[in-house]
Amino acid sequence: MPKYLLLKHYRGGPEPHRPVPPMDQWAPEDVEAHMAFQHHVSELLEENGEYVDAQALTPARTWVRYGGPDAAPVTTDGPHPETSDLVAGWYMIDVESHERAVELAAYVSSEPGPGGEPLYEWIDVREVMWERPRTTDAT
Amino acid sequence: MIDEPVQRLDEGALRALLPRVLAGLVRRGEDFDAAEDALQEALLEALRVWPERPPRDPGAWLTTVATRRLVDAHRSEVARHRREETTYAEPRPGPAQEGDDTLFLLFCCCHPDLAPASQVALTLRAVGGLTTREIADAFYVPEATMAQRIGRAKRTLRGRRLDQPGDLAVVLRVLYLVYTAGHAGRVDLAGEAIRLARQLTLATEEPEARGLLALMLLNHARLPARLDPEGRIVTLDRQDRGLWDTREIAEGVRVLQSALAMQTEARRPGRYQVEAAIAALHDDAASAEETDWPQILAWYDDLVALTEDPVRQDPAAVLGRAVAVGHVLGATAGLRETDRLREVIGERHRWHAVRGHLHELDGDLPAAASAYAEAARRATNVAERDHLVRQAARARAAWASPVSGSAREASSTSRSNDGARRHRG
Repeated sequence: MPKYLLLKHYRGGPEPHRPVPPMDQWAPEDVEAHMAFQHHVSELLEENGEYVDAQALTPARTWVRYGGPDAAPVTTDGPHPETSDLVAGWYMIDVESHERAVELAAYVSSEPGPGGEPLYEWIDVREVMWERPRTTDAT
Repeated sequence: MIDEPVQRLDEGALRALLPRVLAGLVRRGEDFDAAEDALQEALLEALRVWPERPPRDPGAWLTTVATRRLVDAHRSEVARHRREETTYAEPRPGPAQEGDDTLFLLFCCCHPDLAPASQVALTLRAVGGLTTREIADAFYVPEATMAQRIGRAKRTLRGRRLDQPGDLAVVLRVLYLVYTAGHAGRVDLAGEAIRLARQLTLATEEPEARGLLALMLLNHARLPARLDPEGRIVTLDRQDRGLWDTREIAEGVRVLQSALAMQTEARRPGRYQVEAAIAALHDDAASAEETDWPQILAWYDDLVALTEDPVRQDPAAVLGRAVAVGHVLGATAGLRETDRLREVIGERHRWHAVRGHLHELDGDLPAAASAYAEAARRATNVAERDHLVRQAARARAAWASPVSGSAREASSTSRSNDGARRHRG
């Protein structure tokens, strides 16, 4: 029973199947429909007993690194922020198989966009590593 | 499901009681779903009443109270539908033994219509007596998610006929799934699986049930040696065998022998017995050098013979056999065996890890390092990933400076291998 993150992005990933303007330029009813769908996905996952977590991230990003001994942390918003991947949020699911994770990701991607038509958004499906050691011997 | 105070009364006894009471109710024709709910309510009642007035017969008490709840539920249902009031008989004393009840409940919980995750959850709750919260913790999901999963499973069973003997193979698979899920937090799932398998062997004569129990015991016995104090994986050939649980090994061997004694020409040992036999041979070796690889290979031959097309139907068995081939006939022969699996499991980390091991056995450290690194990239378990990264780094370092101490350490896996060395002259 593996866990997966279904990652949604503000930007980055493969060429969009259906390029759309930012959401603040959509018709209000399309925005409503989009948000209602996301809520519905969470509820569906809960009903299925597949839900682990769902979170949204703000687009503001700070890159931080160690500054060296006795120096303050070094921060930057990146040399090419407009082309790098920017994660918008995720659903974490606990499912029977990778196939099921792909099925759910495709459903998430069918979320309505402008005009109520599916967004066809690329969803990044990532398996979560199992923390606990196995009870059988490893090679 | 069980609150703390009741657990304190006597957790073990109460947990053993629940499946018996539940089985009695379901056998009488109650819906599994309704019966489980009624039993939960009876437990809450027990929690309130027992500290003051402990019952003489807790099982009968729970049955009576749960039955009363069921009758109430039926009555209100009936009233709602303006139907004739049905009379419900008081609980008949069940003719069944405790062991039969366990088996019966396992068949309910491992109903083939349920998905594996649901079978596991329902088994742990209804037969194991774990709380929903404990099961949720064990699988790192929110309690509400696990509650939903259990609720759906129970609803799926609604209206199903549960008086037919179920599929024992499914029960065995579910228990093995519970075992391999290991232990986390407060719940020792491996220990729980062993407890349930032990109960199962009391309820059925089927040798495979004993084979499964033996396999779990013989594997579990090595658990204390499997991780070092820092939580790093220690492979079988490097484990401190003094840490192995000799009592568990003895029990495992005894259980396995009793299963194997039941075999006939027509009825050869099934996969759990064969895998247990392989585990027993590892447990039996006083040191890695003394491992009886030819005998292990012979059992692997039996294991792959259990399926028509082992490469496709049981690649894990073929992969395990490849390791044995490597130790008996030499690393090159072992690697050739893994080649047959490339199409089927070439994407999986285990395949690459085994090839790393065989390359190392062969003294080909650069190939071993690449295979381990590839395995690490594909691992889905943190401890295994870390282990494989270390294996890769160790093999690479040993290759870069072959006279250093780490080189001798890196070749320790092949040092044990007389068969392979003879083969390579």
